[in-house]
Amino acid sequence: MSEIDLTLLANKQTALPSLHRQFLEPRAMKSGFLTALTWTIAALGSIPLFSVIYMLIIQGGARLDFEALTALPPAGFEDGGGFGNALVGTLVMVGIGGVISIPVGILAAVYLAVLGPHSKLAKTARFVAKTLTGFPSILAGVFTYAILVITFGYSALAGGVSLAVLMLPTVVLAAEEAMRQVPQKMTDAAYGMGCTRTQVILKVVLPTALPGILTGVMLAVAGAAGESAPLLFTALFSNYYISELMEPTASLSILIYNFSAMPFDNQIELAWAASLVLVLIVLVFNILARLLGRPKY
Amino acid sequence: MASNHFQNNASASTLSGPPSTGDYITDSVFRAVALTCASLLILLLAYILWEIGGKALPAFKEQGLGFITGTTWNVNEGQFGVLPEIWGTLYSSLLALIIGGIFGVTIAIFLTQDFLGNRFAAVFRTIVELLAAIPSVVFGLWGIYVLIPLLRPAADWLHEHLGFIPLFGTELSGPGLAPAALVLAIMILPTVAAISVDAFRRIPYKVKEAAFGMGTTRWEAILKVMLPTASSGLLAALVLGFGRALGETMALAMLIGNNNQISLSLFAPADTLASLLASNFPEAGAVEVQALMYAAMVLLVITFVVNVIGLAVQQYTMRKFEGKK
Repeated sequence: MSEIDLTLLANKQTALPSLHRQFLEPRAMKSGFLTALTWTIAALGSIPLFSVIYMLIIQGGARLDFEALTALPPAGFEDGGGFGNALVGTLVMVGIGGVISIPVGILAAVYLAVLGPHSKLAKTARFVAKTLTGFPSILAGVFTYAILVITFGYSALAGGVSLAVLMLPTVVLAAEEAMRQVPQKMTDAAYGMGCTRTQVILKVVLPTALPGILTGVMLAVAGAAGESAPLLFTALFSNYYISELMEPTASLSILIYNFSAMPFDNQIELAWAASLVLVLIVLVFNILARLLGRPKY
Repeated sequence: MASNHFQNNASASTLSGPPSTGDYITDSVFRAVALTCASLLILLLAYILWEIGGKALPAFKEQGLGFITGTTWNVNEGQFGVLPEIWGTLYSSLLALIIGGIFGVTIAIFLTQDFLGNRFAAVFRTIVELLAAIPSVVFGLWGIYVLIPLLRPAADWLHEHLGFIPLFGTELSGPGLAPAALVLAIMILPTVAAISVDAFRRIPYKVKEAAFGMGTTRWEAILKVMLPTASSGLLAALVLGFGRALGETMALAMLIGNNNQISLSLFAPADTLASLLASNFPEAGAVEVQALMYAAMVLLVITFVVNVIGLAVQQYTMRKFEGKK
């Protein structure tokens, strides 16, 4: 019926627009052009990642062996060598950062999510955590320099503290978000059974929110492992394995930074190999975060 | 029989009963500890401001506001000025924002406006997120050995043929503003893209359906309906991306050339506040440390203001769409 009407109308040459898609119409062409442009930009945007990964595998993979992972950094014209001490140093300092920031962060998040979510303190703390995530990481180094390095000198402990400052807001915000996802019914049921708030938190909220909290922790660890700016003048660098916490300590990122500016091929190859290891560490924690963070409910 | 059962349990007092004194004590202690930890977060920010501010005070008294307008950094004569660094920080971040902003918002459109099937969109989102996971130093290394050699021929050509434009006024002799800004753009792209994706997702689907129902093409819907509706979220994305660019350190310290000068040229070496801190702190004497603390304070104030503006815009957007308080 309607088709007949349309043909009738068309025959009478009434001003009825064509109802078929017209690819050569200016607006359709504009749309097509912009679509092509978007695809191009998206493709261009992913080139750097692939280029970085390619370089890491080709340059870094070529040099990555047991010696590189365990030996001490080579001096100027030496061949061989590795970054074993930097690898250990990075793990130690990220460990210190985690030991400080994870408990404090989770407890702070407990307050923000469960104990007093609408209190003035919680609102301020949330705002502070958000501003701290956007903080330049080097300022964590400057802060630690002011409170620790000036008195005690460069040390692994100072490096760990500066990493803790950076990890704290990430842990807090992620843990709070995870605890908010816990269904109200579950906590209500626990209160109904006569639990104290602490029992509700320890036995219901924290176990239920654990995957989300672990995601935040893993992301914080991944971020801290890749950080270098705060370590520059807190942990400094060292050419030897770490023997105590109060002495200058090597880290992978500072090793890459130092070696990248050296005029020796050996050091530059090692910088690429160290980058590969660093990226692998960061990626492992990122993937863990993803796997753990799959919502259960 | 049944009543016996209940009595037995009640007398054993293991299954139910009011909280014991121990429970009460644990409860108050735990809550006090959680409260302390939340307050610690606020105290941390206050302590950071206090420490850096306090250590910067002598330099502030000595240099006054001349520190911000001065252009020389001479340790031996005690002359410190950070105008070139402020200029370099803002200029490099702005360039990065223009490039990273265009790419980030376009990629957000690409991810949310039905260009890809769900599965491919997820893969592409992972690629963008992985970009955020690559450490700054690794980008620096990549910039030195991949990007700079790649840029040099193009830069030299531009300088040779269009050298009269101030932007191309010098040769790219190695590290410089252009490679630094490009790497910075790559580094803020994931931030901008992620927040922009959120902004687009927040628009109810019926808005787009209404636009399509009026007979718009895909791009008319995007440009005339989606972009204006998401505009405040996109603004937040750009401001927060800018904040991230301002504070980025390592890649810039490796790529920008650490040269204390003010130049419009894209290929000239420059310096930023963060890379000034990174390169001078490790070997600084007591007087220079005070000046560096002052510089850190300047950086802190700039990034703080930018971030607070960004967060405020983001908050405003959330309220607009969700009626949240």
